[in-house]
Amino acid sequence: MSTVKYTKEHEWVRVEDDVATIGITNYAQEQLGDVVFVELPEVDAEVEPGNEFAVVESVKAASEVYSPIGGTVVEVNEDLAAKPGLVNEDAEGEGWFVKVKLSDPDEVDELMDARAYKAYVDTLS
Amino acid sequence: MSSSPPSDTRRTPLYSLHAELGAKFVPFAGYEMPVQYKAGIMAEHRHTRAAAGLFDVSHMGQVVLHEAEPAMALEKLVPGDLQALRPGAMRYTMFTNENGGVLDDLMVLRRESDLFLVVNASRKEDDLALLRASLGGVRIEYLEDRALLALQGPQAVAVASRLLPGVERMGFMTGANFTWNHHVIFVTRSGYTGEDGVELSIPNTHADAFARALLAFPEVAPIGLGARDSLRLEAGLCLYGNDLTPDTTPIEAGLAWTISKRRRLAGGFPGDAVIQKQLAEGPARKRVGIKPSGRAPAREHTKILAGGSAVGEITSGGFGPSVDGPVAMGYVASAQAVNGTALDLEIRGKGHPAMVVPLPFTPHRYAKI
Repeated sequence: MSTVKYTKEHEWVRVEDDVATIGITNYAQEQLGDVVFVELPEVDAEVEPGNEFAVVESVKAASEVYSPIGGTVVEVNEDLAAKPGLVNEDAEGEGWFVKVKLSDPDEVDELMDARAYKAYVDTLS
Repeated sequence: MSSSPPSDTRRTPLYSLHAELGAKFVPFAGYEMPVQYKAGIMAEHRHTRAAAGLFDVSHMGQVVLHEAEPAMALEKLVPGDLQALRPGAMRYTMFTNENGGVLDDLMVLRRESDLFLVVNASRKEDDLALLRASLGGVRIEYLEDRALLALQGPQAVAVASRLLPGVERMGFMTGANFTWNHHVIFVTRSGYTGEDGVELSIPNTHADAFARALLAFPEVAPIGLGARDSLRLEAGLCLYGNDLTPDTTPIEAGLAWTISKRRRLAGGFPGDAVIQKQLAEGPARKRVGIKPSGRAPAREHTKILAGGSAVGEITSGGFGPSVDGPVAMGYVASAQAVNGTALDLEIRGKGHPAMVVPLPFTPHRYAKI
């Protein structure tokens, strides 16, 4: 059973056991426009909540992506190197960024669930 | 993520059309301008290179200089050879300062009894102040009542000629009056994309109807400022404020071709001594095309290194949709301004290999007439 949580910075986090898959939301990719490059951390890198761990570049600009949780990177999405457009096509699926082994699985509980995130997005725009 | 524009933000006569077309607006030079429409920057860029793209550039300044000998008078402010222009002919030049730096780049077109200028939106107030302070005896008219559209791409002229028959016979970098529904449209065969196309100066009151008439043709799609920037970058064209500034000279910028033999010899424009010296001895640094080897775009202000030492800075950089990879321009020391020179770009603290390449990245396809 996996749960998906969301952040105000428009990331999603899918947790299975103690590993979190992280990406940016569909709302985020719509705001960015065509993604042309994603810079990801290295496997074994440590990430901390609130720290920049990736950069996503659209035609127009570069945007930092901040980690919603802390832990160790166990896998990165190698497909994004050749196909950064996956972030536009399937932001919350094939366009995932990294998998992180959580240092504190309870951190995830503080994030928004799908309904709360949708309500938050509706307040924007 | 969104913020309200300041209350003094201006809108062009096409604002409601942009909104109807699903534009995403950004503040630009005091205007609320469409950065992209629903198709997105990548698709808009490719559409322009394949068919015809319609741009609203009404934020740019349109200025007319009247009275006797405006060409001679304006030559006091720019190094371009304006007296050599035949009526109907247009030239790219720049306002320079006492150090030979660029205050703005502009188009100047000679008409039978006046000069028509198009200047950058962000610089138009300063340009007008400069003209008023410097050109005694010349009447300076700012065309507040005219919009400016650009139709660019391999099918742009064929499309424009359906509404304005005869446009297809215009030579590159010339201008002429046409009428549409009894309204005079001043057309130039020019643009900022590297493609063939026209720019159209039209009364504000009729800009919306004319834009809609163009958009009704299947070849035409609306294009925002995002693709305008990626198109001009691939075409190796300078953006004022990035590639041209008061601290860069036309010679450093690779724009010596805009200065005729007569003007090189005689001078008579601000900074002439500096520019003549750089023409004779070569500038210490030059604008070059830079191709990052990887996929990471190198944006403006990215530091350029060669052999471990800083040799310059990227001034325009991003992703080129037609090139299908990152493209950039920047200034490097003249020793490195040689095609094939290996460089390192410092992106987020890490070195990324790149190479000096000839400009443009995509071949110009201007009209050959």
